[in-house]
Amino acid sequence: MSLCSVRRLSVGYGDFKVLFDIDLDIDEGQAMAMIGANGAGKTTLLRAITGLLKAPDDSIKFAGRPIAGTPPHAIVALGVAMVPEGRCLFPSLSVEENLLVGAHAKRRGPWTLQRVYDLFPALLQRRRAPVELLSGGQQQMVAIGRALMSNPRLLLCDEVSLGLAPIVIKSIYCAFPAILAEGTTILVVEQDIGRAIAMADTVTCLQEGKVTLAGPPKQFSRADITAAYFGR
Amino acid sequence: MSLFAVVDPVMQGLLLGGMYALFAIGLSLSFGIMRMVNIAHGDIIVLAAYVTLVVVETLAVNPFVAMIVVVPSLAAFGYVLQRVLLNPVLGDDILPPLLVTFGLSVIIQNLLLAVFSADPMGIHADAVQTASIGLGGGLAVGVLPLIIFASAVAVVAGLELLFAFTGLGRAFRATSDNQTVAQLMGIDNRHLYAVATALALAISAIAGSFLALRTTFVPTLGPSKLLVAFEAIIVGGMGSLWGTLAGAMLLGVAQSIGFRYNSGSGILAGHFVFLAILLVRPQGLFARARRS
Ligand SMILES: Nc1ncnc2c1ncn2[C@@H]1O[C@H](COP(=O)(O)OP(=O)(O)OP(=O)(O)O)[C@@H](O)[C@H]1O
Ligand SMILES: [Mg+2]
Repeated sequence: MSLCSVRRLSVGYGDFKVLFDIDLDIDEGQAMAMIGANGAGKTTLLRAITGLLKAPDDSIKFAGRPIAGTPPHAIVALGVAMVPEGRCLFPSLSVEENLLVGAHAKRRGPWTLQRVYDLFPALLQRRRAPVELLSGGQQQMVAIGRALMSNPRLLLCDEVSLGLAPIVIKSIYCAFPAILAEGTTILVVEQDIGRAIAMADTVTCLQEGKVTLAGPPKQFSRADITAAYFGR
Repeated sequence: MSLFAVVDPVMQGLLLGGMYALFAIGLSLSFGIMRMVNIAHGDIIVLAAYVTLVVVETLAVNPFVAMIVVVPSLAAFGYVLQRVLLNPVLGDDILPPLLVTFGLSVIIQNLLLAVFSADPMGIHADAVQTASIGLGGGLAVGVLPLIIFASAVAVVAGLELLFAFTGLGRAFRATSDNQTVAQLMGIDNRHLYAVATALALAISAIAGSFLALRTTFVPTLGPSKLLVAFEAIIVGGMGSLWGTLAGAMLLGVAQSIGFRYNSGSGILAGHFVFLAILLVRPQGLFARARRS
């Protein structure tokens, strides 16, 4: 069943068009990886889904209902959470306060402070620390934990590996199976094709604002994906 | 020079600072949470003074009882004001809210002039206005200034607790850090801003009621209250409510001492302290280091 479906979505910033006629289906319970070069429009697509960017009526449906035009806070209440690109933690809040702000929508579900600390034990002893004293990897854990605190049905992760060492990235990707196990659907935006293919049930490639490839990764050869990523 | 000549103006000045802090806190809140400067801030305080006067006269109640009506009324006005007039003009550009609140300032002044005329008005015949407590050696403090000062301390402490320990306070701080990301956490920023303005106006209502009790007032008094509020915030340092209280007390002491030497130069002495602090320590005395 499609949890989130995007139909003929075209958006941009003012007169500058970024996405052209995007079609996308995110199936419930699955992990989707979205790949694409810098500037392909991946973040823009997430901004449209979360309501930060105004999308045309009927272009986006979540759990069967149209959400284009719904304000961002109400979309969170419906069950969409975002881990923004660059983490965007709240600097004047402690680790735990950042997590608690994530629960502002008061959605019920499996994720609590305790469960987030179980998932990322490194955060427990830093719970009172200001977030900027944390390492980049720990900050990313806070960003993911903060999004989980809203008990989302759909978790959108924008480049969670940005600027992190490979071993740290690995420890963060380790969390995804536990999140999927709770029935949460995940969309990760990832620049690294290999890592994207390894974790995802389906992969979608964006190139210059258009979907150039979509489907289970085993359907595609490495050459198909490279072509979709860079153009031919 | 006797000890009295030093201690008395300092003490009166410190207490006056409580009044100035109440003038300043609402302005500090709207700037801190929304990055919005409300030019009508002083006029809203004066409006609250007139509303207090009307409530006292029509309901024939004690001014402190009147505050039970005045404070929620102004809070409700603040909520609606933010949702209807201010939210639509808030954005990356700081000019539109400045212009709108400037317009509001003019409207409030003219409305007050039309309804109440330019004659000074005041609330009289309340024992608390004249009561004082003797401290020996000829020193005495007024009961009303003490009550005002205690209220200012209570308001600051209450707000600090709200910010530190409640979900609403967390939402305020998160929104102040990054309002876009705060929306992604499920925070309705338009509602939150309206709550912030309601809170700011509730505190301005307390300030206005006390102003009405302390002195006589005229419809055009607002801009001078805005200036005092602004100076207290800058002297104390942006982002710290205790700093605002300290800044307000410093201004109060400067004015009180200046006034003692020359009754015309009290206000001027306050402005000099403001300028001196601005030159020596432009971030203010107690600026909270903003992490970024
Ligand atoms: N706020 C904005 N205003 C105007 N143009 C923007 C804005 N944000 C992004 N763009 C432009 O939109 C296009 C797509 O940007 P977007 O951030 O969606 O790409 P992306 O695929 O997420 O890239 P990256 O991998 O670098 O994060 C780019 O050309 C970018 O310059
Ligand atoms: Mg991006």
